Amino acid sequence: MLMDPLLLAVYILIFPGFLFLLAYAFFLQYLDRKIAARMQQRVGPPLLQPFADFIKMLGKEVIDPAGVDRMAFDAAPVVALAAAMTAFLYIPVVGESPFAFQGDLVLVLYLLTLPTIALFLLGWLSRNVFSSVGGVRAVTMLFIYEVPFFLALLMPALMAGSWSISEIAAWQGKHTWFALFQPIGFVVGLIGLQAKLERQPFDIPEAETEIVAGPWTELTGRRLALMHLTMHVALVAGSGLIAALFLGGPLLPWTISPPWLSWIAGFAMFLGKTLAILLILASIKVAMGRIRIDQLNDIGWKYLASATILQVAIVLLMGSRGVGI
Amino acid sequence: MPQVILPIGPQHPALKEPVNFKVIVDGETIVGLELDVSYTHRGIEKAAEQRDFIRVVPLLERVCGICSHAHGTAFVMGIEEVMQLEIPPRAQYIRTIVAELERMHSHILWLGVAAHVVGFNTLFMWTWRDRETTQDLLEEMTGNRMNYGINEVGGVRRDLTPGQITSALSRLPKLEEQIAKYVDMVMNQETMLLRFRGIGKLSKAEALKYGTVGPTARASGVDYDIRRDDPYIAYSEIPWKVVTDTSGDVFGRTLVRIGELQESLGIIRYCLEHLPEGQIGVPAPKVAPVAEILSRYEAPRGELVHFIRTNNTDRVERIDIRTPTLANWTSVTVSLVNQNIADIPVIVAAIDPCLSCTSRITILSERGRKTAEMTWDQLSEYGRKSSRERDRC
Repeated sequence: MLMDPLLLAVYILIFPGFLFLLAYAFFLQYLDRKIAARMQQRVGPPLLQPFADFIKMLGKEVIDPAGVDRMAFDAAPVVALAAAMTAFLYIPVVGESPFAFQGDLVLVLYLLTLPTIALFLLGWLSRNVFSSVGGVRAVTMLFIYEVPFFLALLMPALMAGSWSISEIAAWQGKHTWFALFQPIGFVVGLIGLQAKLERQPFDIPEAETEIVAGPWTELTGRRLALMHLTMHVALVAGSGLIAALFLGGPLLPWTISPPWLSWIAGFAMFLGKTLAILLILASIKVAMGRIRIDQLNDIGWKYLASATILQVAIVLLMGSRGVGI
Repeated sequence: MPQVILPIGPQHPALKEPVNFKVIVDGETIVGLELDVSYTHRGIEKAAEQRDFIRVVPLLERVCGICSHAHGTAFVMGIEEVMQLEIPPRAQYIRTIVAELERMHSHILWLGVAAHVVGFNTLFMWTWRDRETTQDLLEEMTGNRMNYGINEVGGVRRDLTPGQITSALSRLPKLEEQIAKYVDMVMNQETMLLRFRGIGKLSKAEALKYGTVGPTARASGVDYDIRRDDPYIAYSEIPWKVVTDTSGDVFGRTLVRIGELQESLGIIRYCLEHLPEGQIGVPAPKVAPVAEILSRYEAPRGELVHFIRTNNTDRVERIDIRTPTLANWTSVTVSLVNQNIADIPVIVAAIDPCLSCTSRITILSERGRKTAEMTWDQLSEYGRKSSRERDRC
C-alpha cells in the first residue's frame, strides 16, 4: 500500500505513530496501575501520573557508576526505546500498516527482543553485582520464554500463509480469529508477552526483594525514564501484536463506507482489543507471586514448549487437511 | 559463573531493618554465609537500670514495636514474682487479650511481608488492610495502636467497659472470615506454594540443636510453647491448643502462624466472654527485694526471656533481654546453604526477624571506627572479669 510521503510522515510521527503511541503507552500504564491498585484495595495513581513520573525522571540527575562505559550506558536505553517504537509501526492500528511487507512479523519479533538485550547489557555494564545477576537472569529468561513465544506467534503466519502481520489480520477478517483456531498458541502468546514485559510472575530479573532492581539498579535520570518508557511502549506494541495475530486486529470482516468510518471502527477495535489484553495481563500480575528462575525453566520447557509443539502439530495437521493456507 | 560475594544489607529492599549478610554464591546457589546482626545497639538494658519500676515499663515496651506488650509483660511478671504480688484475674485476662491481639497483628503483618518477598503484593495489601481491625481493637482498648502502655507492676492501667467488649466481640467474626480466606489462599495459590514448599528446610534435630523457638521450632515438629509449658497470666484457664507442623520448611512456618491466628482469635473471644469481675490491679511496693529471676514469655516470634536481678532498690540492678529473633538467627545460616539466591528473602523472612530488638553487644575498636568479634571463651572471660570488678566495689 503506497501513500503520499506527507501522509506517511503523519503516520509515523503523529497518528497512529509516535505521538499517539507515547500517549497510549502512558495511558495503558496508568490503566495497568489503576486496575492493579483497585484489585488490591488501593486507590491507585491519577491519570497523568505515568507521564508526570516520566517528566520528573527526565529532570533528575544522571549518575554514572564508577568505571562504567558511558557511551554504551547512554546508548542502550535509546536503542531499546527506538526498537520498541519501530516495532509499533508495523502493527495494524487503523487498517493495514502502510509499511507492511512479507516478513515484518519476524522483524517485529526481533525488535521486541532488543529491549531485553539492552537490559542485559545495562546490567552487565553497571559493574554492580545486583545488576549483573539481574542481567544474567533477564537473558536466561529470554532463552526460556522466547522459543515458545516465537513458535506461538508464527503459527498464525503458517496458517494464513503470509509473513505480514497486516495480511494475517486481513485473513482473519475473511475467516475467523486465530484465538479460536489456536487457543493454545493464544495462551502461550499472552504468557510470553507477560514474561517479555517482566511482569509478575515473571519479574525475576528485577525482583525487588532479592536483587534490589536487577539491571535497573544503577539507572538514574533520563536513562531510567527512557527504559521505563521502553517497557510502556513494548506493552502497547506487544498487546497490539497479539491483537493483530490472534484477535483479528483492527480489520473488520465486512467493508464499511465511507472509508473514514471504517478507520474509526478499526481504531475502536484496536483500542478495545488491546485494553482487553491489558486487563488479562493485569489480572495475571495481581493474582500471582514471583516464581524462581529454575522453576520458570521447568515450567517453560516442560509445559509451555510442549504445548506450543502440540499447537504446531495441530496447525500442520489442519493444513494438510486443507484448512487455512 | 565463579563464586561471588553478594552483599545483602545493611541497606537492602528486602530488609526492613539493618543486618548484613555476606552471601557467597555460585551462580544462583548459595554456598556460604556470613552474618553481622549488630547494627542497632541502643543501650536499652543500661538505660533500664537507670529508671525505677514505674518508668522502666514504657522504656521496655519500646524494645520492639511489634512485641511491645511482650516485653512489658515479661518484665512486670518478673518483678511481680519477686515482690510476691497476687494479680487479680481481671488484670490477667486483659493482659491476655492484648497479648493475643498483638500476636494476631504480628502474624498478619508477617503473612503480608512473606507474600511481598515472593512478589505476591495482592495478599500483602489485603492482609495489611485486615490488620487494621486488630489495630483498631487495640487502640480502643488501650489507647494506642502500638506501644500500648497497658501494663504496670501490679496490674493493668485501663479497664474494659462492657461497651468495648461487645464492640470487640462484634468485630471478631469478620476477622475470622478474612483469616479463613488467607488459609485458602496460602494452601492453594500456586506461586506461593512453589516458593514456600520445601524451602529453608530445618529438621527437628537441627531445630533443637540450634535452639530455635516459636513458630520456627514448632514448624519443625518441636512441640514447645511457653504458654502451655510454663503458663503465665491467664493461659492455664483458657482452652486452646499448640499448633505444630512437621514439614520444617517455610510453608510449615506459614501454616503454624495461620493456625496460631485462629487459636488467638479463640483465646480473645473466650477471654472477652469470660472476663472475671473485680479489680484491675493491686498496689505494688516501691522497692523489690534482692532476687534473680528469669521471666519467660511466648512472644509472637517465640520464647522471650528477661533475666532480672533486683537489689532492694526501686530499680533493677541488671536486666538482660534475649529476644526470640536472636535464638532463631543461627538456624537461618544453616537453612540457607544450598538454596537459591531468590530464596534468601523468603528464608530470612520465615523466622520473622525483628532485628533492632536483637542487638545487645557491639565491640568497638578504640576510636569506634570498627566493630570486632569475640569468641565464646573471650566473652565468658570478659563476663567473669567484670563481675569480679563489680563485687570488689
